[in-house]
This record gives sequence, structure tokens and C-alpha cells, in this order.
Amino acid sequence: MLFNITLFLYLAATIGYISYLITLKKPISTASTLTLVVSFILHAAAITVRYPELGHPPFLGIETLSFLAWTIVGIYLLVEWRYKVYVLGSIVSPLAFILLLLTIIIPEGEIHVPPYLRSVWFPLHVGFAFLGNAIFSLAFAAGVMYLIQEKQVKGHHLGGIYKRLPSLEVLDEINYMCLAIGFPLMTIGIITGFAWAKSAWGTFWVVNPRAISSLVTWLLYATLLYGRSTVGWRGRRAAVLAITGFLIMIATYFAINFILGGHAVK
Amino acid sequence: MNIIVVGLNHKTAPVEIREKISFQSQIMEDAHRKLLETPGVTEGMILSTCNRVEVYSCVDDIESGIREVKGFLSAFHNLPLERFEEHLFVCFAEEALRHLFRVASSLDSMVVGEPQILGQLKDAYQNSCKYKAAGIILNKLLHRAFSVAKRVRTETRIASSAVSISYAAVELAKKIFGSLEGKVVMLVGAGEMCELAAKHFINSGIKDIYVTNRTLERAEKLAEEFKGTPVNFNEFHRFLPKIDIVLSSTGAPHYIIKPEDVTEALRARKQKPMFFIDIAVPRDIDPKVNDIDNVYLYDIDDMQGVIEANVKGRSKEAEKAEGIIAEELTGFIHWLKTLDLTPTIVGMRERAEEIRKLELDKALAYLNEISPAQVKVLESMTSSIVNKLLHHPIVALKTHAKDHYRDMYLEVARNMFNLVEKEKEEPEEALEG
Repeated sequence: MLFNITLFLYLAATIGYISYLITLKKPISTASTLTLVVSFILHAAAITVRYPELGHPPFLGIETLSFLAWTIVGIYLLVEWRYKVYVLGSIVSPLAFILLLLTIIIPEGEIHVPPYLRSVWFPLHVGFAFLGNAIFSLAFAAGVMYLIQEKQVKGHHLGGIYKRLPSLEVLDEINYMCLAIGFPLMTIGIITGFAWAKSAWGTFWVVNPRAISSLVTWLLYATLLYGRSTVGWRGRRAAVLAITGFLIMIATYFAINFILGGHAVK
Repeated sequence: MNIIVVGLNHKTAPVEIREKISFQSQIMEDAHRKLLETPGVTEGMILSTCNRVEVYSCVDDIESGIREVKGFLSAFHNLPLERFEEHLFVCFAEEALRHLFRVASSLDSMVVGEPQILGQLKDAYQNSCKYKAAGIILNKLLHRAFSVAKRVRTETRIASSAVSISYAAVELAKKIFGSLEGKVVMLVGAGEMCELAAKHFINSGIKDIYVTNRTLERAEKLAEEFKGTPVNFNEFHRFLPKIDIVLSSTGAPHYIIKPEDVTEALRARKQKPMFFIDIAVPRDIDPKVNDIDNVYLYDIDDMQGVIEANVKGRSKEAEKAEGIIAEELTGFIHWLKTLDLTPTIVGMRERAEEIRKLELDKALAYLNEISPAQVKVLESMTSSIVNKLLHHPIVALKTHAKDHYRDMYLEVARNMFNLVEKEKEEPEEALEG
């Protein structure tokens, strides 16, 4: 029930943010933000209520999508509060809506919680990884907007899109902030992952597609962060790398969860 | 009373001459005093900007007035007249009025429609008032000029083109840099348009301005105006790493900023974005600069393109503006003509006679048993009252008709005797800064 109300509110927020994008009327964006804040709180309540029912943290199976949506919305609300970038809401709220819709309509399979997931490292590992992912998905959205806006400004087409998108500097700064916050979280996620692997299998490194892809993404973000702080990789290049990183992450997620059938497959 | 303009501007004189004849603000008091001491000059105003030096004066006689004002310019600047006379332009009567109205409406500006000139004209008028050089004619004339400028600004879209270029530049900069707080602007060359854009940038929070120009003095002068830093033209490239926004408008025949200059600057500033606005024709900045990452280059056509949709049919707007000026001109000339002695005295007499007749007829209507001789007595008595009442005012008018206060006395008399034509008087526009 709570999930359904949340879903409905995400839809309302989506409509709100998109009408703001079209009309650029301030009251509409305020109303949309309020809607999204309420959805975020309800969503948190829904997840908490569901927890004992599930008997495991919401990091397994289809539940992950709902949890991901919740983290993305949370991070987005912070970004919106800090940078006043309301147009990102028109990407984030439909994304949250779709993720939650998938959670609700896809039937929950029989989740068998294997003993190796009962380690205390598991929720820590997944929690940090999720926060990192949520932040990187915002970097992705900001990156896409950056590329579009850059094309407008460089090409001297200053039409409706140009008017609606935020400034290049703000988009680049969001990208950088996401990287600067997301990267340490991801690193902690990976380290706790090692700890978990150690406690579950007695070894720090388990070779599986998930771990490998995580490492590749981690290296990519590390390179970007390094390039940024030393020679000033910014703007276009930073946007492209953030987009690439996110796409690898998404591809891995879907490949593992829906094709290979699970994370820590041996 | 005659109005004349003697001066030079960007159309008649190169900058080397203009700067020799220009009047800095600290010498304005002295200049106005000397101008008023010039024989035949009753009122005066000096408009001195980087693009024009124009002396507006009211003189008794046009020919000698022009000669005297030219002499004033030469004597004041200690420069033989032959050195600059060929660059002077002169206009008088209706043409002088039209010229002022066109200047005020920014139709005479280098960048037609730029709004700065109106402010400069208001300053010039305020100086003239402060130093008691403006009398009734210049007062009325300048207020009329301001209201013409206002009409042109509101009724035509002539102003929107120039303003919108610098407005668009600021808006673009905001889309690139977010906030402009703490950003650094460099003016390369010092055209009117660049100055205008610089003003807009300052209003949007830019504090740091560098100015470079082929002649360093000009750069220094402009830098002073914007509280910026002058930079030697030969080494302005060294400063590029510090600069976020470059406004370029030199008269250079070839590119003065090349892609390699920009790449180098970018490396030094760790790829922080740069925004180049090239208003020069021919262009100052190699268009290939726009291909560099984190660099955005707009030339004058790109800027025009940005605002094209908003401003269509510029020439039609100019035509409309000239129409407004012609209309206002007729009204003003009409007023000017009434400021003559004879029509004023005739008018006063007529007005008095009118009243006398009216009142006498009323009185006679009451007195039915009255002889023609008695009527005659009444007639001559009333006439003599009227004449005696009018005597002193008329003598005063005639006395002052030869001095400085002539126009003021005439205007007052016309008002007191209600001789002011029922011309629709718009409220005079207050001086805004």
C-alpha cells in the first residue's frame, strides 16, 4: 500500500518537473520538490515496514531496484537543495517511478538467503556500493545534460533547450561533487566487499563478473579524479567519462541480475 | 535666438584629433565659464565623450557665433584652429536641434541604439546647469531631447539591438560560468560596444577588468573608468591564463588571438573554460579557437544571430525614430518662435485689450441712461489703466531684450499673460542618473 502511494507520488513529481521544464514557472518546481520530498519519506517508511516481512536487507533480487530509486531520489534532493537545478528532477523522478514500478510489477521470486549473506559485511558492502551508484547515476544525468548544453553553446544554437538547461559550470560542478563524494563511497564499498568475501569464503578476492566490472569502473573513476585534480580534465571529457562509468555499471547490473542470475556467483 | 552646434565626432574626426579636443570632467567648470565669456554666447553646454566633443550654444548671431565658438575650442585647448578645423562640423537652427535629438536617441552613435550616450548627455546637461551655463532655451531643449530619446526608446526597437548584444553576452557568460562573481574580464581594444558590454558585466558582479589597447593611454583611461588594470598591448597574451571572458574589438587587420595562444592559456589555467566575444570587423580571433574544448567563441555575427529573432527590420525602426524626431522638432521650433519680443508685446496688448473690451461692455450694459460723451470718458479711462499697467512690464522686456535674461523674461511674460500656446505639454522628464 505504502509502495503504491509512493509510486503515485513519484508519478506526480514526474509530471510536475516536466511541466516545470516546459513552462519554467517557479511555483511548479516548488510543488514538485515538495511532492518528491514526501515521496522520499513515504518510500523510506515503506522500505522499513517491508524489512521484517522480507527477513533480509532490501539488497536482494528485485527489491534492489526500489532501494536504488530511494537512494537516487535522496541524493538528488540534496543536489537540488545545493545547486537549485530543478531540471535534473525531470530525469530523476521518472527514473524513480520506473524503478519502483518494476519492483512492484515484477513478481518477487523465492529468495533463498544463503548463509554467506548473513555476514555483517554484506549490508555494509552493498549499502556503500548503492550510495556510490546512486551518486554516480546523478553524475551521469549531469553529464548528459552537460553534453547537450555544451553542444548548444558551442554551436551557437541558443533556443529552448539552452534556456532550460543549467549553466555548464554548475553541471560540471555537480559532476565533480558526485565524483568526489561517490568515489570514496565506492572505495569503501569495495573494501567492505573484500572483507565480506573474506568472511564468507575465506579469501579476499573472488573472481566473478561483478567484482571485475566494479574494479574496472573504480579504475575509470580514479583516473578521472586524478586527471581532474592534476591537469584539469573537466567539462566535456569529465562528462563523457562519468557517462561511460555509469553505463558499465548499469550493463553489469543487468547482465548479472537478469542474465547470469546473481551477484556472487562462483 | 539661435542654437548652434560646433564639434567633432567619430564620423568627422579620428581619435587622435578627438582626444586633443576633449574636455575632462575636472576642467568642465573652467570650460563652461570661458564658453559663456565668448562674445555673443548666451547659453552653452559641452558634451565630451570618447566618440564626440560637441559644443551646443545659444548665440545672438549664427555666423559670428560659429566663429567665436571655434575660436573658443582653439584657445581653450591651445591648439591652432587650422590643425583641426577640417574635422569640425557645424550645424544651426533646425539642423542643430535635429542633431541633438538624434544624438540623444542614439541614432548618431557608432553602435546605433547603445544607451550610454543618453547618460552622457544627461551628465553634460547637469554640468551645464551646475556651472550656470544653461538658460531657459537649453533647459527646455534638453528636456525635450530626453523625452524624444524616451519616446524613441519605448516606441521603436532601435535600442534593443545594441543592448541585447551585451545582454546576450552576459546571459551566455552566465550559462557558461554559472555565477559571474569573481570572474575576470579583459577588453582587447576599446570600442564603444566593448565598453557597453563591459558595463553590463560589471553590473552582473564582475569586479576584475583588464584593458589593453594599441595606445596605452587609452587603455589606461578606460581602465580607470572601470577601476581595472591597463595592460600593454604587446604582452596581453601573458595575461590570458588569468582571464575568463575576453571581449575583443581592435582594428587589427588580422587575427591577434590564435588557437595556439588559447591552448597555451588553457593549459596554464588547468582547462578552466574561457569565453571569447569578438566584436571586431575584420575579426580579431581565429574562428578555429571555438574547436578547442572548454572554449566558447562568439563573433559579431553569432551574437547578432542570437538576438536576430528578437530584432527584425532594424532600418524600419530607424525610420520610425526619425519620424518621431521630426514630429518633436516641429513642436519645439514653434515654441522657440514665440520667444520673440514683438509677438510677445503684441500678445500682451491684445490680451489686455480683450479684457478691457469685455469688462467695458458689461459695465455699459448696466448703465442704460448714458450719453456718448460719458461712454468716451469710460473708454479713455479704461484704456489708460491698461496702458499704465502694461507700461512697466513692456519697458522691462525691452530693456532685457538685449541682455542675458532676455529669454527668461519673455518666457515669464508669456506665462503671466497666458500667451502660452495650448500645445500639449508633457510632464518634463526628471533627470535620472
